[in-house]
Amino acid sequence: MNDIGWIDAALTAARPQAVAALLRYFRDLDTAEEAFQEACLRALKHWPLNGPPRDPAAWLILVGRNVALDHVRRRSRQEALPPDDVISDLEDAEANVAERLDNAHYRDDVLRLLFICCHPELPATQQIALALRIVSGLYVKEIARAFLVSEAAMEQRITRAKRRVGAADVPFETPGAPERAQRLAAVAAMLYLLFNEGYSASGGDVHVRVPLCEEAIRLARLLLRLFPAEPEIMGLLALLLLQHARAPARLDSEGAIVLLDDQDRSLWDREMIDEGLALVEKALRHRRPGPYQIQAAIAAVHARAPRPEQTDWAEIDRQYAILETLQPSPVVTLNRAVAVSKVQGPVAALEMIEGLAQPLAGYFHFHGLKGALLMQLGRDAEARDAFNRAIALAHTPAEAAHIRLHLDRMQREGKPRSTKKASAHQRQG
Amino acid sequence: MLYAILCYSDEVATRAKPKAQDDALLADLEPVQRQLCDEGKLGPHLRLMPTTAATTLRYGKETVVLDGPFAETKEQLLGFYVIECANFDEAIEVGQRLLGPRIAHGGAGALEIRPVAMSWTGGSLK
Repeated sequence: MNDIGWIDAALTAARPQAVAALLRYFRDLDTAEEAFQEACLRALKHWPLNGPPRDPAAWLILVGRNVALDHVRRRSRQEALPPDDVISDLEDAEANVAERLDNAHYRDDVLRLLFICCHPELPATQQIALALRIVSGLYVKEIARAFLVSEAAMEQRITRAKRRVGAADVPFETPGAPERAQRLAAVAAMLYLLFNEGYSASGGDVHVRVPLCEEAIRLARLLLRLFPAEPEIMGLLALLLLQHARAPARLDSEGAIVLLDDQDRSLWDREMIDEGLALVEKALRHRRPGPYQIQAAIAAVHARAPRPEQTDWAEIDRQYAILETLQPSPVVTLNRAVAVSKVQGPVAALEMIEGLAQPLAGYFHFHGLKGALLMQLGRDAEARDAFNRAIALAHTPAEAAHIRLHLDRMQREGKPRSTKKASAHQRQG
Repeated sequence: MLYAILCYSDEVATRAKPKAQDDALLADLEPVQRQLCDEGKLGPHLRLMPTTAATTLRYGKETVVLDGPFAETKEQLLGFYVIECANFDEAIEVGQRLLGPRIAHGGAGALEIRPVAMSWTGGSLK
């Protein structure tokens, strides 16, 4: 690979750590970003000549800090710009900084940087946009494309979000344990949103959104590297990997969603699955279950089944039962009902979702599953009702088309038969 | 004479490259490695999973299981095993069995357990 390619990768990799440390020095996002930008320009000039520094992040932090300080000085005293060789004796200084920047030091910097993007007053999409801009360093143009808005609109959104978090005053002291846990949870939630933004095909070209998934995985990996003993962060990364591994099989040639049961499992990314499974096992050893770990464990059950019929639904039922107690919600119960329909049959599953009619009245998947269960029992008229309601609530043409398939099949085949089971309506895609 | 060749690089920067670039690298490495296998010079070779998947058994006066890779600079790599296990718990167990004699002889150090991402059997060595 050529030099520029290497430098590009090194700058991308060093960015979160470098911007985070510069933010601690300058306590101002714009100054930190500008300083990093300047340092990158110098890197592009120096690295091809002198070779890459031993610790690119430390180099960028040091140079960025010097450059920004020069700017401040220049502005206040109108002095001449110091010659470029201020950074000539960098080798020693770099080693010095690198020593002070060991893992324990900068992990709270990076966490703070990510946490600043999670300001509770910011709507989710703005949190994500801000993280992509500041932490990942994506161009506004790229972010705008992923969110299907104009560049100008995204620019404005990010500027506004920055102003808001700028006034938020996140303390710069090293956080205490409870504070750190709270920040980690907020950041994990934001990363999961970011991933889902790329994963859910709702609205527009899916291919454009794949980078969002990859970025979420990259940031989750960064977080886990900084906090290697947090089982929920292991769970989060595992969950993202296991879900993303299915991406190549999730859409057919026309862009319609292929449900889990119908996916060509040979297209699943084996390497990602293996890593996801390794992380799930590692997390579960801690015996501190949490929502990400459980969802990852469920995804792992699917990933382990070579064919849909070999899925261990009893284990999925068990995991959802734990999730129900940890994080009770109608949607979790609905998902559990899918597993119950496999293990105990449609009657038990219908019973389980009976109480959900009210809270999930406007939820596409509720009516879809209800229809599929009724269809399985040969209660075609009721099934048709539920399916029609689902179609009215569908978010994408693909969702509606999928339900229409059931309706057509009932039409065609007339009377009861053992159909494509309740799984035909499974959310996990 | 048997030699081991250990591969080091910046993991984060390596991961920051697009997948196509990695595929291209593997494609270019393949003929070189195949040739070496044919010559009876290259045996098993593998690529490890990222360090985030690693767990370390640190031993000395007592043994502790730590999440994450081996991170000390005071100690050097002295050897390695390739093991096959049904799951992670079993891998830890194997690690602990391998520690037994080391601890009995008063040793101290670490065994890092890292899942293998890709592996090739390679040629039979002469």
